[in-house]
Amino acid sequence: VTLLGQFCLWLALFTALWGAGVAFFGRPAERPDLARIATRSSYGVAAALAVAALCLWKGLFAHDFNIEYVAQYTSRNLPTSYIFAAFWAGQKGSLLFWATILALFAAAAQAVTSRRHAALLPHVAGVTNVVIAFFVITMLFAANPFERLLFTPDDGRGLNPQLQNPGMTIHPPMLYLGYISITIPFAFAMAALLSRKLDTGWIHAMRKWTILSWLFLSAGITLGMWWAYVELGWGGYWAWDPVENASLLPWLTMTAFLHSVMIQEKRGMLKRWNVGLIVASFLLSLFGTFITRSGIIASVHSFAQGYVGTFFLVFLVLACVLSFGLLYSRWPLLEPEARLESMASREAAFLFNNLALVGIAFSVLWGTLFPIISEAVRGTKITVGPPFFNRVNIPLGLFLIALTGIGPLIAWRKASTQNLRRQFIIPVVSGLVVLAGLLLVGIRDGWALAAWALCGFTAGTVVQEFGRGVRARRRMHGEPVWSALGHLVSRNRRRYGGYIVHVGILVYFVAFAGLAFKVTTEVTLSPGESTEVRSPFGHTYTFTHLGVSQYAQQNRFVSAAALDVRRDGKSFGRMTSEKRQHRDSFGRNTFEPSTEVGIRSDLREDVYVVYAGSVGGTDRASYAITINPLVMWVWLGAGILVAGGLITMWPGGPVISARRRSETPAGYEAPLIGAGAAE
Amino acid sequence: MTRRDLLRRAAMAAAGIAASRRAAAQTPAPRPDSVAGDPLFRPDAVQERAVVTERDNDPVVKAIEQRLKCTCGCNLDIYVCRTTDFTCQYSPALHREVLDLRDAGKSPDEVVAAFVAKHGEQILMAPPPEGFNLAGYLVPGAAVALAAATIGWILVRRGKTMAPAAAPASSGATAAPPALSAAEQDTLRRALDDVQD
Repeated sequence: VTLLGQFCLWLALFTALWGAGVAFFGRPAERPDLARIATRSSYGVAAALAVAALCLWKGLFAHDFNIEYVAQYTSRNLPTSYIFAAFWAGQKGSLLFWATILALFAAAAQAVTSRRHAALLPHVAGVTNVVIAFFVITMLFAANPFERLLFTPDDGRGLNPQLQNPGMTIHPPMLYLGYISITIPFAFAMAALLSRKLDTGWIHAMRKWTILSWLFLSAGITLGMWWAYVELGWGGYWAWDPVENASLLPWLTMTAFLHSVMIQEKRGMLKRWNVGLIVASFLLSLFGTFITRSGIIASVHSFAQGYVGTFFLVFLVLACVLSFGLLYSRWPLLEPEARLESMASREAAFLFNNLALVGIAFSVLWGTLFPIISEAVRGTKITVGPPFFNRVNIPLGLFLIALTGIGPLIAWRKASTQNLRRQFIIPVVSGLVVLAGLLLVGIRDGWALAAWALCGFTAGTVVQEFGRGVRARRRMHGEPVWSALGHLVSRNRRRYGGYIVHVGILVYFVAFAGLAFKVTTEVTLSPGESTEVRSPFGHTYTFTHLGVSQYAQQNRFVSAAALDVRRDGKSFGRMTSEKRQHRDSFGRNTFEPSTEVGIRSDLREDVYVVYAGSVGGTDRASYAITINPLVMWVWLGAGILVAGGLITMWPGGPVISARRRSETPAGYEAPLIGAGAAE
Repeated sequence: MTRRDLLRRAAMAAAGIAASRRAAAQTPAPRPDSVAGDPLFRPDAVQERAVVTERDNDPVVKAIEQRLKCTCGCNLDIYVCRTTDFTCQYSPALHREVLDLRDAGKSPDEVVAAFVAKHGEQILMAPPPEGFNLAGYLVPGAAVALAAATIGWILVRRGKTMAPAAAPASSGATAAPPALSAAEQDTLRRALDDVQD
């Protein structure tokens, strides 16, 4: 399989380079035959890389330990699902995974894009082929997954225990899908610049790709948080680690793009800014990969090996120079069709929203790189950890929540004072009620109060928007409430799907603010001995140590410590936390013992138990017990966000053409609005 | 209430009673005689731990440790690292160092200063906001504030230059509506029916 895999990599490389060459130098606009060749090269590259990927999977499942990658990341007794997931467990496999998925996305973009945008497709194929060629070159010359060893070991090293979690099968692919699919919107933007077709056509062609990519990235980041929470045992889900930050950066710029693109569609403004955001998102996705693979910044997630980091740095610089150079050369073609007129307009609110999102992205990037900058300037190594990021980003995050609530309340072009007063009453009252309620129950943490009150304000905005829409439909069509709500959402998927996404984000923020009230305690207990922990919600938990049981499983030896838990005197069930000593098929220990956390969740708080170890080799156990408020809201927020995103990108729905935009005198206060027909 | 509802509720009540009895049966009786603990079958399969004392949960010690980074390369603070996974060899030693300094009568700031003197500035979870480090804290906020001020200034200036031009059309805060025919009003009504933004 290694020979076939190698052959497929070379085949993919030559096909990609050939396709890119034809796209960029074959004048596809004048030669339809060459345009077809360029677009079809995407299918060839995808087929070659798919076969290469199957070859690696074949090697993994066949336990061919003569392949260095197979020996490094699997063992004979590794469960099947993790053998499958070992494909992306290491540097080399993940590069092949990346290239293969990108090739499949590129082929799908060619297949599903409307023929209306056919003129862009050869250049789209050219750009995606160049990116794929880079990944294949990196594999062939710096990190070849089909590299063979000089000898064949009896068994492989096995998979890192922390990767032996169901999250491993889904979190990395989801995050990669997000990172990788950013290339498609980037390719459309470059194609529009190259072909000088800079109307809103390229935006329509790639809008759903952008949302898809954003959804994958959102889901991937949240799955990463979930994995960190259930597997690493530190009772948190976000540590501001450089690699975590790197995944957040393109998410922030893409979120900014998804907002500002609306201004381009409706008013023909911010064209340069939008291209810049897409280019920045792509470059930041490369930057994240560079950080993970170069080892330039210390991170628990990084897997730096060989010269891969250098390859990425060179490609990052080249991509940056070429894409921004191209944008600069087309600058005069991207003149805005209208101008911002007022601070009290939705355009201005979106602009400030973009400012907050890009500002947070900048502050995260700045904080991530500041240790390097400090060392270069002062020669002193420093650490930039959570206290720094929290201090800098919490105010910006609160500003963002406020704008999330303000944006939909303001009319396009210019809002009147009367309009502002009418729109803001319910949200402001809603925020104040939340604030008063929290103060009444005794919460005094300033940041948490501000976050929850602003969430109340923004939730008020969303409820008001839905309420007015439903009322308008009921008045017009006499529909029952649920039917009116269903029609409202289904006929305006972008708008109301977007509001649902906002609700998801609010739910995240509610959870984040809950972290301020986390309680952790350590305790040593003998069997039968109990300890009490009081939770932020006022519950008293009683933990009674039951004992430690030890037994062998497929590829590990397990020591499980059990606790009986009572909440306010009532049974809350039994919780177990494990120590796992992983072994190869010969019974030899492979890694340090790892920990499996015991978690019981409800909407209010999580009880999080970690078995730390035993005293004197006995069943007298030490535990770290954490009561984590509102953690379930993170996963709930993710579900709402994904549901909203799916509604937004569901096929169908109106598309605003340039003609319609020019004909629509947006922002006039027509008598019908005053009459309350619809708001 | 239908017969089916009655049966369902009765079944749920029975299940609830059974569950509470099971839970009560599982609640262990304390075994004060086993404070020392029984030996494990494979003691080598778990980490050896010292007995946790009250000082390990001391909020002051916890707060100090949350300001200091563990030196194992995990990017976590000492407190989080020593209460996470429990494989780290460094954080328990650093924790003992903190306790020793506290025993020697050092205040929290003096403990942190002692760590900085020994390990360098990188032992801190965040750089102190002084000197060049101020750039780290201030640049993002300053950049956002500057950009916001620039946008605001442009919009205010543009609003002033556009106001006189708009004055003949409308004396109110918004532009005057175009004259609409009945057919146009009908079209607009249908468009608004979609509640497009």
